[in-house]
Amino acid sequence: MITSNPGHWDFHGGIHRPDKKSLSAGKFLGKVPLPEILTLPLQQHIGSMAEPVVTAGEHVYKGQIIARSTEYIGAPIHAPSSGIVLGIEEHPVPHPSGLSAPCILLQTDGKDEWGELPEPLPHYADLDPSVLRERIRWAGIVGLGGAAFPTSVKLNHGPDRPIQTLVINGAECEPYITCDDLLMREQADRIVEGIEILLHVAEAQECLIGIEDNKPEAIAAMRRAVTESGLQNVQVVQVATRYPMGGEKQLIKVLTGKEVPSHGIPAEIGVICMNVATTAAVTDAVIAARPLLSRLVTVTGAGITSPGNLEVAFGTPLPQVIQLAGGYTDQAYKLILGGPMMGFTLGNDSIPLTKGSNCILVASQEEAPAPDRALPCIRCGKCVEVCPAQLLPQQLYWYARAKDLDKTREYNLFDCIECGCCSWVCPSHIPLVQYYRFAKTENWAMEKEKQQAEKARRRHEARTQRLERLERERKARLRQKKEALEKKTATNAPDPKKSAIEAAMKRVAEKKARQSRENEEH
Amino acid sequence: MLTAILAITALSVSFGLLLGYSAIRFKVEGDPLVDRIDAILPQTQCGQCGFAGCRPYAEAIAAGKAEINLCPPGGEAGMLALADLLGKEPVPLENEGPAKGEKFIAHIREDECIGCTLCIQACPVDAIVGAAKQMHTVIAEQCTGCELCVPPCPVECIDMVPVKTTLSNWKWPFPNSDDQELEAQEQQS
Repeated sequence: MITSNPGHWDFHGGIHRPDKKSLSAGKFLGKVPLPEILTLPLQQHIGSMAEPVVTAGEHVYKGQIIARSTEYIGAPIHAPSSGIVLGIEEHPVPHPSGLSAPCILLQTDGKDEWGELPEPLPHYADLDPSVLRERIRWAGIVGLGGAAFPTSVKLNHGPDRPIQTLVINGAECEPYITCDDLLMREQADRIVEGIEILLHVAEAQECLIGIEDNKPEAIAAMRRAVTESGLQNVQVVQVATRYPMGGEKQLIKVLTGKEVPSHGIPAEIGVICMNVATTAAVTDAVIAARPLLSRLVTVTGAGITSPGNLEVAFGTPLPQVIQLAGGYTDQAYKLILGGPMMGFTLGNDSIPLTKGSNCILVASQEEAPAPDRALPCIRCGKCVEVCPAQLLPQQLYWYARAKDLDKTREYNLFDCIECGCCSWVCPSHIPLVQYYRFAKTENWAMEKEKQQAEKARRRHEARTQRLERLERERKARLRQKKEALEKKTATNAPDPKKSAIEAAMKRVAEKKARQSRENEEH
Repeated sequence: MLTAILAITALSVSFGLLLGYSAIRFKVEGDPLVDRIDAILPQTQCGQCGFAGCRPYAEAIAAGKAEINLCPPGGEAGMLALADLLGKEPVPLENEGPAKGEKFIAHIREDECIGCTLCIQACPVDAIVGAAKQMHTVIAEQCTGCELCVPPCPVECIDMVPVKTTLSNWKWPFPNSDDQELEAQEQQS
């Protein structure tokens, strides 16, 4: 069944704010030259940390797997260029905590030599979807919209959840970011080819590409590419510019009219949603047998001399990227990874860029003012009006503040997408999203603690049982020995030999006594 | 008069039989209250409560033989949860545990270990591996931080080290102190 009239639905809430995209829109500043040392975090995706398969001093080729995924939800990491592994060390990574994590340090040799790659699969249409999923997994592709969830896992929706609609996310609703816009303008054919592959992998019937109407060039380019490809079941849909249109659940609602259930995933309603850059990466992996080694990154804000988009190899240090964009201006005040709504502030620029880094925003003081002092909540309900997940932000705020974790779950804290609309409209300047983030990690920690306690309880029980068993066995052994001994003494009594000897001894003694008496008599 | 007496007697007899039968038919194995108390306890099995583990302490609480404030690892939150479950008044903790939020686990300085197996015997959750005259080591993932292995060690090579914050166990901090000022203001007004 094909969705009729796609895009005429609406999602709840959302906000309008100046998109500031003109700073960097359509500007491609080129490829960042390979740095001398690439710093590749083992954790660049959601899921388990990749396990290194190289050692210090080893020479690696471009595209070679240097860390493999050990669990189902995970992604391998490839060498973005040829060179020598310097070691595996702790290094600051792009994370709100500012913590260090294990990274593979790769000294590039400048030759950029490709290693052995698998067969390209241009005839993918004849292949089983599982073969293509395996290829996508090999390529280390994760969601490039920012969340970095492994794409092969997303595509493995299972036979009980048939996919009707493939939604391609080109909304790019967050202010300042333009890397997806640029990709759609310049490489629409690559995206459309990826759509064809994904339609085959997901066995979907139709594809809807959602693009916000503030990107007319991208819409035109994508429409042209779709027409040229001759695909009948693919449609570019212009959607309104309203944040967070690019949220997965929001875009699905607008395009198909279907709502992803609470705590659920889109596959449950027959939809899979992919970012445009992810789709293009799928083309590379299948048609050209190239793993994911680099991505487009927007570098923008009033703190940057010449804002624009750059192609950045993973592991490139942030200062080199900034340098190619002309460096910092005097206005540079705050360094944000991601957009102004959902991104997080970086303490310094000593981090490498990874698969999930879509934007570097160097904001001026006007662009990212220090938060105003939070005032008491006046229960105006504005946050409820804008919440795209239709939650009750102020109730969640009270419960998160009171650290009442059970209540936060009861009020569906985990359906919160942390879009920041509530904080944006709050007249009391309450940092609402921070409260939700705090409550989410607290909930996870509590869950983990519970699991640990359960494990400890089981181990303790097992130990007690073992000690009891050993004690029982020891006692049984003692008892056996004792019984054996008793048996022995019992059977000893009627021993014929012994009694014969004893009788003989008695006789001898009697004889002796008799003799001595006779001697006395004489 | 007689009819009423007979009717009431018949009713009591039938209900008595029904209840007696139910008590046998739907008999609850074990003590569900002990399980529920045990679920609240942190399962460190440290014995700081004076009982030989969390379950014996849970049994003592259920039997009314122990107070609910004897578990330092459970902290105030644990005591409050117990008070809530048992409908008791909260009581201040007997002895405070380590600062809240900081978790410690045992670490054996392996160069100094003489392989005496005493810590292995002391560990309530089998989280130490090793053999006689062989080096021992703590399985960090399984260690509950109960400290029971520390006193038996004859060469004092076991340290309690704080658990390292990594990307997987890092938590967002509680939003800034502005809010506490706010609370103070609210209380004043």
